Amino acid sequence: MDLQALWLTLRLAATTALVLMAIAIPVAFWITTTRSRLRPLIEALTTLPLLLPPTVLGFYLLVLLGDRTFMGRAFAHWLGHPLAFSFSGLVIGSVIYSLPFAVQPLTTGFHSVDPALIEQARLLGAGRLRLLWEILIPLSVRSLVAAAVLCFAHTVGEFGVVLMIGGDIPGATRTLSIAIYDQVQDFSYAAANRTSLLLLAISLIALICLYTQQRHGERARA
Amino acid sequence: MLDARVRHHLGRFTLEAEFSLRTPWTVLFGPSGAGKSTLLRALAGLITPDAGRITLAGQTLFDSDAGVSVPPGKRSIGFVTQQAALFPHLTAHDNVAFGIRHLPQEERSRRIGEMLHVFGAEALADRKANRLSGGERQRVALARALAPHPRLLLLDEPLAALDDPSAEEILNRLLGLDLQVLYVSHDLAEIWRIPADVVLLEKGRVSEKGPLQQVLALRREHLLRQLGSSSPR
Repeated sequence: MDLQALWLTLRLAATTALVLMAIAIPVAFWITTTRSRLRPLIEALTTLPLLLPPTVLGFYLLVLLGDRTFMGRAFAHWLGHPLAFSFSGLVIGSVIYSLPFAVQPLTTGFHSVDPALIEQARLLGAGRLRLLWEILIPLSVRSLVAAAVLCFAHTVGEFGVVLMIGGDIPGATRTLSIAIYDQVQDFSYAAANRTSLLLLAISLIALICLYTQQRHGERARA
Repeated sequence: MLDARVRHHLGRFTLEAEFSLRTPWTVLFGPSGAGKSTLLRALAGLITPDAGRITLAGQTLFDSDAGVSVPPGKRSIGFVTQQAALFPHLTAHDNVAFGIRHLPQEERSRRIGEMLHVFGAEALADRKANRLSGGERQRVALARALAPHPRLLLLDEPLAALDDPSAEEILNRLLGLDLQVLYVSHDLAEIWRIPADVVLLEKGRVSEKGPLQQVLALRREHLLRQLGSSSPR
């Protein structure tokens, strides 16, 4: 068992889920409340990673984060190392790749809050931040948990983007899914089987936790 | 004192109303679909009228010509509808506290207690809003709307879903307060005893206004004849 890959995968999935929550909550709030004409564009951009082949996304990110672009050079200068083939690069790729899995459930959750409650909050003087923090987030906890768990599970199983951006550096960018690929290349089918079962178990446990939480939520509301 | 001139299109429906509130209580009366709720939402700032001007106690809340539109939370207007719209994850106490977060702790607690007492809801303070009955919710909703000392209270059939004794008790409590109220109803029996002016709204236009018992006398007689009774509640 490649414990380094297991630790890296879990660390990547947890970091991605956390970063995505910080990004997706304001994005979903903006989508829910805006009247801007830019809304369809932003919705399309946040959904796009769902349709793009991971290798295409990975290729563009590799180019964008590499030393050929200003952004890549700026990141390298700031971090002290290039983003490509590093853990930070993997996090950026994973965040973009899993963005729809965070934004979609949160937008649905915020949309499902009774508009009369939002109006009352506004009438009682709540600004946008208070509306989000005190009304929308507490009333969308199930969507929030769903988004976090889906992002975590989706990142755990990521392959194409990770391989394109991170390559296959043991301890730095080799995740479990890449370890399986390596094991199959080496004809180590027994090891690949064990690693695959581990990935399967992580994903299954995450989903069981999600549905258990949803069920508790339904009971609490009944 | 409120002065309002509002024009607003909603599909094929046009609301074009002009009126003033001069007495503490004014009833906005009219059939369903006359535009009463739309008018109230415009006054509260929840919709932006196509044109018009709204002033409350000398302050301009909306002026389409001058491009002024004060946001709902800064209009000092309370708004309670048939749907109490309490925040379900908060207790009755925290619902009432929501609009007065800016007050010092001691003053805030005093005001919450006072408001819950006015509507006979002290015992409900620690109960979650989603565990309250319909009548209890309306009491807390009224306490919440009045806690920030609004200059005008808009009531859109807040008692319509309650049984008669509960509705009457809550109405009596409201009538005992020193408030400017615009009360929407299409129930003549409910509003007949309210000492108020009435603004009659029909098909989006103000058709009549004046003292309630005077303006609605003919309608009441007609209703009584239909019911074959001489003493409505």
